[in-house]
Amino acid sequence: MCSYLTVPTDIAGSAKGEPGWFAVTSAQVYFDHPFHAPFDHTLNIDFTDPSRGPGARVAVELSAESARRLVASIEAALAAAGPAAR
Amino acid sequence: MPAPEEALSARNVTFSGHGEAPVNAYEALPAGDGPFGGVLVVHHLPGWDSATKEITRRFAARGYNALCPNLYARQGFDVDTDDAAAATRQAGGIPDEQFVGDAAGAVAALRALPTSNGKAAVIGYCSGGRHAFLTAVSLDIDAAVDCYGAFVTGTPPEGFPLRVTPLVDRTPQLACPLLGLFGNDDQFPSPEQVDELEAALRAAGKTYEFHRYDGAGHAFFNVDRPAYRAEAAVDGWRRIFEWFDRYLAGG
Repeated sequence: MCSYLTVPTDIAGSAKGEPGWFAVTSAQVYFDHPFHAPFDHTLNIDFTDPSRGPGARVAVELSAESARRLVASIEAALAAAGPAAR
Repeated sequence: MPAPEEALSARNVTFSGHGEAPVNAYEALPAGDGPFGGVLVVHHLPGWDSATKEITRRFAARGYNALCPNLYARQGFDVDTDDAAAATRQAGGIPDEQFVGDAAGAVAALRALPTSNGKAAVIGYCSGGRHAFLTAVSLDIDAAVDCYGAFVTGTPPEGFPLRVTPLVDRTPQLACPLLGLFGNDDQFPSPEQVDELEAALRAAGKTYEFHRYDGAGHAFFNVDRPAYRAEAAVDGWRRIFEWFDRYLAGG
């Protein structure tokens, strides 16, 4: 299936991609066909700065299972950081 | 007409699309003087990728002039295909009006080829399946193939980010014979949505042929993915070539 559904969120930070390091302002999260990963569907995240054009993008395509593990890892890391991560 | 030797040539070209905007495209032509029918190949949501260009070459190997436009060309010719697809997605997809303008330019380019027999067809996969139907209800062409196109029927879910509306109400305007190939395990389009389209085609008295494959879901033609279903894909290719051989011959 094509889920088409996209869950965007504003973010603040930086990412390293084709242009080198750049500030990212948006993350597009969607579960759909990957471009590269050898699965039918993947959890895809595009970290972008739309103001810099299409090439300012860091993309990941993760299996559903590994995406869930990543969410747990992020939550665990933030929790372990204590007040600094609030 | 079939080119049994399967010899072909391929290159990147540019044609005039919607609003006279330049659109780049992948062109694959059979060897020989023709005359050949033309096939407009419409890529799927992930964009103007190698897999779709391989499909384009396959039509040339069979004896058709084939053209696959980059529907995301407005992101820039020098932008990576996947980046262009992501940016287009973020922007809400491409408007139907823009697509139809690009398709009209592509069909004109196919018919202007010196080896053209004057006939042209469209085929599309996934989101391109809907685009193939949109082409067939908008332009004067000779045949169309919809491979599991979503939202020809059925309403997109709430919060849907792309500018997509159902097209089934335009079925009476269908200008050419339509071949539809679908997997019975697909959700977009679901078997019920395929039923709805078939009912509309029948009610409008249109020439169509649908084939639905058990054990196949969405994107069963995609050889690089687990979704590939050899039995459905091999039969589907046979149906596609029979369809084009029937409706693109002569001229």
